[in-house]
Amino acid sequence: MPFTHIDSIDALKPICRKLRIEIIKMIGASGSGHPGGSLSEVELLTALYFAVLRHDPKNHAWADRDRFILSKGHGCPALYAVMAETGYIAHDVLGTLRKLGSPLQGHPDKRFFPALEANTGSLGQGISLGIGCALAAKLDKKDFHTFVMIGDGEIQEGQNWEAAMFASYHKVDNLTVIVDYNKLQLDGFLKDILDIKPLKEKFEAFGWNTVEIDGHDLAQVVPALKNARANTSGKPTCIIANTIKGKGVSFMENSPEWHGVAPKPDQVAAAVAELEAQEVK
Amino acid sequence: MSTTPAKPKFQLKMGMATREAYGQALAELGRSNPNVVALDADLMKSTFAAKFAKEFPDRFWSTGIAEANMVSIACGLAMCGKIPFASSFAVFIMDKGYDQLRVGAAYPKVNAKFVGSHSGISIGEDGPSQMSVEDLALACGLAGFVVLAPSDEFCTRALVHRMAEHIGPCYMRTGRPKTAILYGPEDTFEIGKAKVHGDGRDLAIIACGNEVAYALQAQAELEEEGIHARVLDMHTIKPIDEAAIAAAAKECGAIVTAEEHLLDGGLGSQVARAVTRSTPVPMEFVGIQNTYAESATPDQLMEKYGLTTPYIVKAAKAVLKRK
Ligand SMILES: Cc1ncc(C[n+]2csc(CCOP(=O)(O)OP(=O)(O)O)c2C)c(N)n1
Ligand SMILES: [Mg+2]
Repeated sequence: MPFTHIDSIDALKPICRKLRIEIIKMIGASGSGHPGGSLSEVELLTALYFAVLRHDPKNHAWADRDRFILSKGHGCPALYAVMAETGYIAHDVLGTLRKLGSPLQGHPDKRFFPALEANTGSLGQGISLGIGCALAAKLDKKDFHTFVMIGDGEIQEGQNWEAAMFASYHKVDNLTVIVDYNKLQLDGFLKDILDIKPLKEKFEAFGWNTVEIDGHDLAQVVPALKNARANTSGKPTCIIANTIKGKGVSFMENSPEWHGVAPKPDQVAAAVAELEAQEVK
Repeated sequence: MSTTPAKPKFQLKMGMATREAYGQALAELGRSNPNVVALDADLMKSTFAAKFAKEFPDRFWSTGIAEANMVSIACGLAMCGKIPFASSFAVFIMDKGYDQLRVGAAYPKVNAKFVGSHSGISIGEDGPSQMSVEDLALACGLAGFVVLAPSDEFCTRALVHRMAEHIGPCYMRTGRPKTAILYGPEDTFEIGKAKVHGDGRDLAIIACGNEVAYALQAQAELEEEGIHARVLDMHTIKPIDEAAIAAAAKECGAIVTAEEHLLDGGLGSQVARAVTRSTPVPMEFVGIQNTYAESATPDQLMEKYGLTTPYIVKAAKAVLKRK
């Protein structure tokens, strides 16, 4: 049975909060991982898995499922959390993140967790992989859509632009790229390292449909993803989602320190308390 | 392991280049298997993927000059059930696509096939930037990959079909120049099974690709001097035919390897490990020695860089002295 979507934005909001708490707890328990870039993805992944993707958590190999590739593989705690919430794995598996034998490897690895679409972790390859899936769909006359999420720092990798050129030239319109535009990469702010601005114009110049949204506003995220999924314009779509790295945990927000460091037990407690106290409106 | 009788007076008839045989076999696959698709990165006329592209335009994509993108797109196609064959020059697909081959194909064990033409130095005049002398080493460094270096058109054609049947990532190197015909349509080839020529017991010459023809000539020359060599066409570098190597080491007691590749990490290294694991015997290695070649005719280069028959004969005599 395909997953039954939740269409109410208000119903999705508490899910986002729950996922944030789980992300903090799982990275805290593992003692390593990437909280910042996981927290910035939460609304995007929640919208995808609960309201947009055609998928079946009980039948991950369903040939007609939509494909989702997390090109920024280090953000996988958020993906694991949303996959637990939609029923791919039991919630208690989240506690095994990065532990020996766990399906939840440090970066996505479908050898251990076959419901994942792709092994990622070396940044820059996801759009190309997604093109391959989208071309296969067209060859097989299947109507599944392929979504790829990339980081803004990741965009510095040249392969993205090889892929961007290819996708528009070959009219791969069953492909959508979501940029988690959180303005931060590993060593600091993009503006201080190698800025990618103006991003929308770059993708437009490469022949893509582009739309810029607030990546934490589900009322913008859900329709943008649904429109992209329905796209038949002959052009691939790029959704530039403005996000905040570390979103939801005040001491992590916009802080380069929290790219790849796990919170200590007291920090986990403080973050969880803060998230629990947040009003979901 | 299959054995064909050694030909004492060896005469080589030239056939087509292994890259051309690849193009033929790919087109055959296209006709028999609708799931086979192909990609190339602006070298399809040279790799001979063009034949498939012409016959099956809907199942072929040129990525332009973007090898990393091509490798990852092939992986994506394989993730969705296609059997992609992606080709370029060996040096470009392997060296520019290596991280993509590693993370996109090897690590998740994706069923994608990669073919590098213009391997070795026998491409001639274009020079070192176009010559791959490290592709076998790099491909062997991809866990789970099958690595193939066929010797003639029949071997190539058969192994292209075996690659399509094999489930998992594969790499095949092909060559630019026309190659000697060593086999016929009746010969069969299996991944990981060497073709053994002759049953000489003085030494074994283990070669791959273009070097097999030189090795067979060396075998004939040695025979005239009363030295009985057997030749193993080791068309599969990985998984290497350990049984055939163990038998050769045990029965001959001396081994020479010959490859159109750097001596670091290619056929010789693979054979040496298999030999030392079974019956350690003296070995000599014919190959490119820690350098890059230059522009010249293919024959001049094979001669200058020590890859022709006399060098194999010399290595054979050297190894016999150490027996
Ligand atoms: C090819 C490659 N180079 C370097 C890294 C190390 N690395 C991991 S995450 C990261 C920064 C990513 O920044 P961004 O894409 O903006 O992701 P986010 O901000 O969402 O965490 C880097 C450099 C990598 N994983 N892959
Ligand atoms: Mg970022």
